[in-house]
Amino acid sequence: MLAILLAVALAAPILAPGDPLAIKGDPLLPPWQTMAHPLGTDRLGRDVLSALIHGARTTLLVATAAAAAALFIGITVGTIAGFLGGWVDEALMRVAEAFQTVPAFLLTLALISVTGPRVPTIVLGIAIGAWMQPARITRAEILSLRERDFVAAARVIGMRPLEIAFREVLPNALTPVVSLAAVIVAAAVLIEAALSFLGFGDPNRFTWGSMIAEGRTVLRRAPFLSIIPGIGLVLTVLAVHLTGQGVAKALRTRRHAA
Amino acid sequence: MADPLLTIRGLRKTFTRAGQTVAALDGVDLDVPPGTTVALAGASGSGKSTLARCVMRLTTPDAGTIHLAGTDLLALPEPVLRTLRPRFQMVFQDPSAAFNPRATVLRALSDPLRLHNLAPRHEWRDRALALLAMVRLPPDLIDRRPHELSGGQRQRVAIARALATNPSLVVLDEPVSALDVSVRNAVLNLLQDLQDRTGVAYLLISHDLAVVRAIARTVAIMEAGRIVEHGPVAEVFAHPSTETTRRLLAAVPRLSLA
Repeated sequence: MLAILLAVALAAPILAPGDPLAIKGDPLLPPWQTMAHPLGTDRLGRDVLSALIHGARTTLLVATAAAAAALFIGITVGTIAGFLGGWVDEALMRVAEAFQTVPAFLLTLALISVTGPRVPTIVLGIAIGAWMQPARITRAEILSLRERDFVAAARVIGMRPLEIAFREVLPNALTPVVSLAAVIVAAAVLIEAALSFLGFGDPNRFTWGSMIAEGRTVLRRAPFLSIIPGIGLVLTVLAVHLTGQGVAKALRTRRHAA
Repeated sequence: MADPLLTIRGLRKTFTRAGQTVAALDGVDLDVPPGTTVALAGASGSGKSTLARCVMRLTTPDAGTIHLAGTDLLALPEPVLRTLRPRFQMVFQDPSAAFNPRATVLRALSDPLRLHNLAPRHEWRDRALALLAMVRLPPDLIDRRPHELSGGQRQRVAIARALATNPSLVVLDEPVSALDVSVRNAVLNLLQDLQDRTGVAYLLISHDLAVVRAIARTVAIMEAGRIVEHGPVAEVFAHPSTETTRRLLAAVPRLSLA
């Protein structure tokens, strides 16, 4: 399911050539009426199918980039905190707790209202709201791994602490963090949709959130305008979650075999 | 006798656990002459592993000095110490914990070469193969990971890793206690052969006096952080002067049969 979504998102220019923002036909055409616009058209007469496909692109791009950024920050912070311990650990974990007390969505919203709604800032905003959990999990794993003999063995052969942390310990701590990635992607999809719905998305791109927001004004006359991207969202979040579970399960069995 | 290679004087280390202070090392003096094997025997909890970890600078003692060929190991800052690491190595008790689970035998054996610039990259594989041959392992193990080896094979790889930098001292921390009885003698014979060939000195930590008798020339018996008896193996075993030694001797059934 996720593979299909990804394929659609990647192939957007082929599947739906032309600018999705362009006006293609009569406004508010309901779905299943004409072959030219199978899912109908919106308030301005733009093709809904084309918007949906291009929206998938933005949504998935923002979500995966945000999750990657969140994991990167989280893993780096968690590794340093867990490996160095002491006051560095204390300081980093207090910072993470401070971030955790603020709702992630508000944090993202605040950042975007300051910096303006562009894709990179949206990605960064979501990442800043989501890096704490991977940081905590990485730290916990590192803490349990760093007492193991192979870490002592690495010191004995003269490896530098930084290399021990990132080359010896971290790769063995990644499994539970990677399974967290799916949860973050799913959350990022929803945050991005909510941001777009509130009008804080990138105005030059279609996203599913902005499609729902636009459909809202004509909800009674053309409910499909909100329902179609809504279904897209539900399916995407579901697909990401299922994939994440599958990956976690595969990694667990591999770990036990080892 | 020649100047000792390793000189330990007045070594102290206390741990505080659950509010109680325990002296793991309570003023230990010990010498290891070059090219010989000195055994440190004692029941578990007598402080012998703490001593091994202090010598390797994995644990910092509270007081005392450790000199290796005239250099005060405890006075060196970590970066300088790293450059000396090739000269003293360690074999850990549990070979299944002493290797990064994700690293192949090749990486485990070439890491010491890489870290100390002992061989250019294109020679690593040949050097690793030579090390495998030295510990009498077949060359096809080189691309395996630790969990694909038997316990005895892993410990041989650990010995190969310790000898990769051509050290003058190897600390053997219970090198055969995690191994099957059937492979113990083979590993002990191997250690003896390697000493005869390379002139490396061993500091052998063991609770098993049968192991001590197999390869050590001198033995020190530890109890509660102190050395209570010290002398040539044959002498100490024939005329134990302390209750500790008699108890350790009585714990070796094979000895009474011999």
